[in-house]
Amino acid sequence: MAPHDSSTTVAAPNELAPGFAGIAEDWASDQRTFKNVPWGKAMMWIFLLSDTFIFSSFLVGYMKVRLSTTMPWPNSSEVFALSFGGEPIPLILIAIMTFILITSSGTMVLAVNYGYRKDKSKTAIYLLITALFGAAFVGMQVFEWTKLIVDEGVRPWANPMGASQFGSVFFMITGFHGFHVSVGVLFLILVARKVWRGDYDTEKRGFFTSRKGNYEIVETMGLYWHFVDLVWVFIFAFFYLW
Amino acid sequence: MVHADTLTQGQQHPLGIYIKVWALLFVLSAFSYLVDFFHVEGYLRWTLILIFMFLKAGFIIAVFMHIKWERLALSFAILGPPTVLLVLIAMLTIEGDYTFLTRGIFFTTGS
Repeated sequence: MAPHDSSTTVAAPNELAPGFAGIAEDWASDQRTFKNVPWGKAMMWIFLLSDTFIFSSFLVGYMKVRLSTTMPWPNSSEVFALSFGGEPIPLILIAIMTFILITSSGTMVLAVNYGYRKDKSKTAIYLLITALFGAAFVGMQVFEWTKLIVDEGVRPWANPMGASQFGSVFFMITGFHGFHVSVGVLFLILVARKVWRGDYDTEKRGFFTSRKGNYEIVETMGLYWHFVDLVWVFIFAFFYLW
Repeated sequence: MVHADTLTQGQQHPLGIYIKVWALLFVLSAFSYLVDFFHVEGYLRWTLILIFMFLKAGFIIAVFMHIKWERLALSFAILGPPTVLLVLIAMLTIEGDYTFLTRGIFFTTGS
């Protein structure tokens, strides 16, 4: 149905067929399948897909463990409560961490947007703000781990509150997520530095990949960051709220 | 500049929609926290938590990660494969009962 001869010419974006006919045409085009998507972004999506399976395996494993423990599971609402002088407020630290991560997702979106407008300084500043929120998140997680290990005696093999698998599941899932956030913070700072230096205006080649850089990299970075936020949504619901 | 034209096709959208979704994510997170705060229990708790979770995940994927604006070939390649996880969840739910019974028979006396 498209007017172009798909075997010889690359279709301009406005000629691509929409809807389900578009899926068939994209896969049958004898060219790259994912139209309008830069190479780096498609590869980031593939990586995130594999990461989805890793986190899903953790969460499904956690579900299995929770279904099959003979001892009661510790009440996360009480375990993660925190008191500021008065009555302990349930889950308050986790709620604050959730809000921090959502805020950082918002600033990341702004960075991507200003990147496509080639607003160098605003992009770099929003990237750094995002990194700052990410670092704050990791900091609070360190605080949470310390409180659980030192004050409440939670270990990967045992804990005083109930089912002994609680510790191993908690440390593995939140640890893996915290590691993702930490790596994200590192890369946010790297990308911010490149934006600030003007690497993406001059299409300077990266020192590691030797590929030309441009502002699409900010969006690819954003995909990773939103994914980290996305995983937290599931951890928050299944591990903390359940 | 090779990239001049591809950049103008990039995922650029008005800031308004981002700000709206951002605010919505805050509200949904607050709601799911309140579910715990007010000790909603039982099936209502499960339902509310899952609804808020899927809404949040959906908005992040659709708007923040731009899937809403990508071509269907990419969206399906990303969103399709994770559906096989439902099989894993179903299998381990069945297996979970079995493990629970086995633990009940062999491990409970020592605890």
